[in-house]
Amino acid sequence: MIDVDAPVSFTHRHLLGIEGLSPVDISTILDRSERYVEHNRQADKKLSILRGRTIINLFFEASTRTRTSFELAGKRLGGDVINMSVSTSSVKKGETLLDTAITLNAMHPDVLVVRHPHSGAVKLLSEKVTGSVINCGDGSHEHPTQALLDALTIRRRMGRLSGLTVAICGDIMHSRVARSNIHLLNTMGARVRVVAPRTLLPAAVERLGVEVFHDINRGLDGCDIVMMLRLQTERMRDSLVPSIREYFHFFGLDYDKLAHAHTEALIMHPGPINRGVEIDSLVADDYSRSVIREQVEMGVAVRMACLDLLTRNLPAPAMANA
Amino acid sequence: MAVRQDNERNKVAYVNARLLDPATDLDAPGGLLAEGESIADVGPHVTADGLGGDWEVVECGGQCLSPGLVDVRVQLREPGEEHKGTLASAGRAATAGGITSMVCLPNTRPVIDDVSVVEFVARRARLLGLTKVYPYGAVTKGLEGQALAEMGMLAEAGAVAFTNGVTAVTSAQVMRQALSYARTFGLLIVEHPEEPTLAADGDMNSGEMATRLGLNGIPAAAEVIMVERDIRLTELTGGRIHFAHVSTAAAVDAIRRARARGLAVTCDTAPPYFALNENAVGDYRTFAKLSPPLRSEADRLAVIDGLRDGTIDAIASDHAPEDEDAKRLPFAQAAFGGIGLETLLAVSLDLYHNGGLPLLDVVRLITVKPADLFALPAGRLARGQAADLTLFDPERPWQVRESELYSKSKNTPFDYRPVQGRVLMTIVDGRRVFTLDR
Repeated sequence: MIDVDAPVSFTHRHLLGIEGLSPVDISTILDRSERYVEHNRQADKKLSILRGRTIINLFFEASTRTRTSFELAGKRLGGDVINMSVSTSSVKKGETLLDTAITLNAMHPDVLVVRHPHSGAVKLLSEKVTGSVINCGDGSHEHPTQALLDALTIRRRMGRLSGLTVAICGDIMHSRVARSNIHLLNTMGARVRVVAPRTLLPAAVERLGVEVFHDINRGLDGCDIVMMLRLQTERMRDSLVPSIREYFHFFGLDYDKLAHAHTEALIMHPGPINRGVEIDSLVADDYSRSVIREQVEMGVAVRMACLDLLTRNLPAPAMANA
Repeated sequence: MAVRQDNERNKVAYVNARLLDPATDLDAPGGLLAEGESIADVGPHVTADGLGGDWEVVECGGQCLSPGLVDVRVQLREPGEEHKGTLASAGRAATAGGITSMVCLPNTRPVIDDVSVVEFVARRARLLGLTKVYPYGAVTKGLEGQALAEMGMLAEAGAVAFTNGVTAVTSAQVMRQALSYARTFGLLIVEHPEEPTLAADGDMNSGEMATRLGLNGIPAAAEVIMVERDIRLTELTGGRIHFAHVSTAAAVDAIRRARARGLAVTCDTAPPYFALNENAVGDYRTFAKLSPPLRSEADRLAVIDGLRDGTIDAIASDHAPEDEDAKRLPFAQAAFGGIGLETLLAVSLDLYHNGGLPLLDVVRLITVKPADLFALPAGRLARGQAADLTLFDPERPWQVRESELYSKSKNTPFDYRPVQGRVLMTIVDGRRVFTLDR
């Protein structure tokens, strides 16, 4: 099923963000991911593409879904995967990010999968390691594999990305998912809208190539994809929105608001969802419209494709030479 | 560490120079005689001809001889953070930058809010014999923004102005009292104009760049809000205020209007704010993380306009040493600040080379204007003045390289920048404390 040696052209050593990737790069990853979607539906999921490779999941911020997804991806490709999270690491003892990078690098990992609460931290770390680095979320900056799995989900359902209208709704300001999706969708020729109260939009967001809406009904009008973002409760404390009740009233996705979108419009959410905050339970669970579960499935395939493509550019493991 | 070169004769003639003295609008070929610590004579009539044999002659080769540069905003880190910078390391960097007088911020540990710390800094600097150091006193005890420091006694001990350092005086009432009390003694209050709650958690200028990088923005309004507040308090108290490192079009405009109304409001800016904009942050370059943050291109151009029309009175280096441990971090965790002593002249000369300012006006902004604002005995080429001089080549190109800087910390926002204008020699009290050897 999986043609291990199929020639592909993907020259990047790291995946730090979507910004800077070409349409060909993105299509290459998505095409490769398609094969892994089919593969993952088989009973025997084990491959040996990453045989001999060491992958470290380095999480400076709590994560269950993304970490599990990467762990499965690495293991299914036959790599050795180790999880390191901040609670067990020496960061708590005052070690700096770069010291951690240098220490781990000395153990010759082939891929570091890194999440960090500060924007730019993963790039900083990538400057000190010899293997590949995958950014799986740095502050409010980027979360490229999330955007790729969203794109794969959309492409499989709609058959294309180009020409679609996508509304990204919610806390754009703090969202790395929003930024990566904006870059990816624009690169692939989709039209991107953002829908949020003004307090949850970053300065000059329109300069990223999006159309800005403050009224969700107008923002959803005729759109093909509705992407909801998680609203964290600390946003209330920071006076960005007055209350959950008010937020849901104006910006939470329910059937009334959804009625403004295209009748076939898909509902997406990067998870974990806050029922009754940014999305109504009935809508979230409406599997005729909601592809939230499918996004999770695509996540593993996309991460397998990323690991596959990036490690092709690394020196071959010693075992392969034996 | 003292670099005293004892000139036995102590009579030096600097001849065949291009004399630049902004105080008298002098820009002419000539010479200068330094006898002991003072200027004995200066002018187009001074040549090597007819000098007695006891004069040592320094041939200036037609290069610019100006008053030594005066830098009114420098962080020294001594006492308390000597691993980042010391009086000695800053002294060497300053003399390499042509600076002969500098005013140091009170944000040391301990804070300069006590006569004994003023005297410590003055004594240490005097022993070094490099650039002259004048301390700021703290406006409030411990820089905590609550109780006034002993400004009168600090001034008697040698503090030349008063500031809360790298933060604004948050309470309007405390600032009102500070301005009012300072007026009693004719003291100058210097403000870091930034509304602290708007700047809290901010990493860089608010705008497209911050949005792309996912960094928290500090809006330009944070500056003008504090400027406007303090202008009103200056009006209320009849006091005198100076705004440090002004960086936005709105603040320059507010200050311009306040001065038109006759208020005692002055300001300075620093080279990053007319030579760089927020794009210098690039891919999370923490050396470009400054406070106030680098602003938009429109703000940068407005700062140049302010320098050109005289709204901005002076240029200060805003030297803020930070070591690797404080800068090699994710952008949000990295310290604010950049060093500037050694690039003050060269980057300021960019205003002459590319900004349409006459050479004499650029020199004015870094000599006599700041000296007069802070009432320092410096900034003039005049008989009887201290022989504090800078000899420089305004055209010589060089590239800023952190590895070649004297500063102990290397965090320059101008790393790799090609600049024009190089200090050849620096003279403090008649002693040659720096001579370029490359």
